[in-house]
Amino acid sequence: MENTNVPVISAKDLNLWYGDFKALKSISLDVGEREITALIGPSGCGKSTFLKTLNRMNDLVPGVRIEGDVRLKGEDIFARKMELTDLRRRVGMVFQKANPFPMSIYDNITYGPKLHGVRNKAELDELVETSLRGAALWDEVKDRLKKSALGLSGGQQQRLCIARALAVKPEVLLMDEPTSALDPGSTMKVEELMSELKKNYTVVIVTHNMQQAARISDRTAFFLLGELVEVGPTNQIFSTPRDKRTEDYISGRFG
Amino acid sequence: MKNTTSSLRRVRLPRTPADWLEAVMNFIFFLCGMLAVCCVVLISVYMVVSGVPAIHKIGIFKFLFGTKWASTAAEPLFGILPFILSSIYGTLGATILGVPIGLLTAVFLSKAADPKLRTVVVTAIELLSGIPSVVFGLLGMQVLVPAVAKAFGKASGACLLSAIVVLSIMILPSIVSVSVTALNAVPPEYEQGSLALGATDTETWFKISIPAAKSGIAAGVVLGIGRAIGEAMAVMMVAGNSPNMPDSLFRSVTLLTTAIAKEMSYAGGLQRQALFSIALVLFVFIMLINVVLNVVLKGGNRDE
Repeated sequence: MENTNVPVISAKDLNLWYGDFKALKSISLDVGEREITALIGPSGCGKSTFLKTLNRMNDLVPGVRIEGDVRLKGEDIFARKMELTDLRRRVGMVFQKANPFPMSIYDNITYGPKLHGVRNKAELDELVETSLRGAALWDEVKDRLKKSALGLSGGQQQRLCIARALAVKPEVLLMDEPTSALDPGSTMKVEELMSELKKNYTVVIVTHNMQQAARISDRTAFFLLGELVEVGPTNQIFSTPRDKRTEDYISGRFG
Repeated sequence: MKNTTSSLRRVRLPRTPADWLEAVMNFIFFLCGMLAVCCVVLISVYMVVSGVPAIHKIGIFKFLFGTKWASTAAEPLFGILPFILSSIYGTLGATILGVPIGLLTAVFLSKAADPKLRTVVVTAIELLSGIPSVVFGLLGMQVLVPAVAKAFGKASGACLLSAIVVLSIMILPSIVSVSVTALNAVPPEYEQGSLALGATDTETWFKISIPAAKSGIAAGVVLGIGRAIGEAMAVMMVAGNSPNMPDSLFRSVTLLTTAIAKEMSYAGGLQRQALFSIALVLFVFIMLINVVLNVVLKGGNRDE
C-alpha cells in the first residue's frame, strides 16, 4: 500500500495559522520520488497552503505561523542553515496564473540560472534549449527566443513558466492549479508534459479538477477544512476510498 | 459616452427645462476647459512675440552661442550660452544626484518599508514637495553655501555645486511619488515568480520590479528634470549669479531662470527684450521636456 520509494518531501505534524485562523491541522504527508502527488479538495481546504509551505512561499504572507516538521531529503526546510534561496531553487514552483516576466523568452529561462551564478553563454544557451524541450515548447519558440514572452498564448506562457522552473534544475516541482486558467487543448498539452516530467522530477500538483488528478497522478491526497482526510494511490482513492468524506467528495456530493 | 457624443453631433434645441440646464452646464464645462487651452496659446504667442525681436536684433547665433553677457555695459553683449550651459549642467547634476536617491527611496517605500515607517516617510516627502522654494533657498544660503565653502576651501560656496544640491533635493518628491506609483503597479505575480526561483528580495526588486516599472520611473525623472530646469528662486539664492561659463562646479553661475529674475526689475530697452528672449529659450526647453515625457509615457503603454 505505502509506496516503496524514499520520500523526497516528508511533512510531519504540520500546523499553520493565518493570524487566528488555523489553515492546516496536523498534516503528515510523504511525497515519493519521481511521482506525481495530487492534492485535491474543495476551495479553502488548505491544499494550496500546504503546497506553498513546501517552498516557504507562505513566509511572504503577513501573520503566518507555522509549527511542525517538513524535510526535503532529510533536511529540515525551516532550519536556520537552510538558505531560503537554495530551498526555492531546489523546490520549483509553477503558479495558477502563468506569470512570465516581461522580457524575452530567452531571458525568462536564463533568469534563474543567472541568479545562481551561471554566466557562461554556451551553458546558458544549452540550458535554454534543454529547459524548453523539457517543457515541450522548444519547437514552437526556437525561432523567436529573443521575442517578448508576453506575446505567447496562455498555454505557451504556462509551459514557459514550467521551463523557467526546470532551468534551475529543481528536485521537486510544485504546481498550483497550473491548468485552471487554460483552455482544454492547452490543458491537455500541460498534462502530457507532466507525465513526461515525472520521469525526472518529483511533482506535487494542486488541482480543482478531480478528473485531472485521476488522469495524471500516482498518489492523491484529499484535504478538507485544513485536515488531510486521506492519502493513497490514486486508483485506490478514486475506486475504494476508506473515508466516507472522500467518497462523498469524489462522487460529487459536495465541493 | 456614446449618447453624449451623438446628442452633441445632432444639433437639436433643448425642449424641457432640464434639457436647458444640461445644455447650459455643458457650455460652462466647455468654457472652463477652453480657459486652460487659451492660457497656453496666449502664453505661447506672447513668448514668441516678445522674445523674437531681441533675438532678431542681436542675431540668433550671437544670442544663443555668445559666451559673454554684459547687458549694462556701454557696448552691451547678449550671449546666453553661459546661462544655457549652467541650466543644463545644473539640471543634469541634480538628476545624477537625485535620481538614484529618489529611486532607492521609491523601492524602499513600495517594497521594503513596514507600514508605519512608510507612512512617516511618505508624509515627509509630501511635506518636502510643499515647502516653498524660497525656503529651500534660505536654507541653502545659510547652511549649504557656507558648508560648501568650508568643505572645499573656497572663498564663497555660492556656486554651481550648491545649485545642484538644492535642485536635487527639490526634485526628489516628483521622482519618488511617480516611481512609487509605478512600482506599486508591478503585478505581484512577477515578483512571486522571481522569489520562487530562488531570488532574494533585493535581486527581485532590481531585476524584476524596477525594469517592469521603468516607463513610470522615467516619467518621474522627466518630471523632476522639468521642475529643476524651471526653478528660479532657490537657485538664485545659492548659485552666485555671476554670468560665468560653468567651467567648474565651484564657479558662481547664472541659470536661464535666474538671469531673467535678477535683471527684470531694472531692465529696459534691448536688455529687457533680451530677457524675454531668454524666457523664450527656457520655454522651448520646457516644451521639449514635455514632448519627451509624452513619448516616454506612450512608449510605456505600448509595452503593456
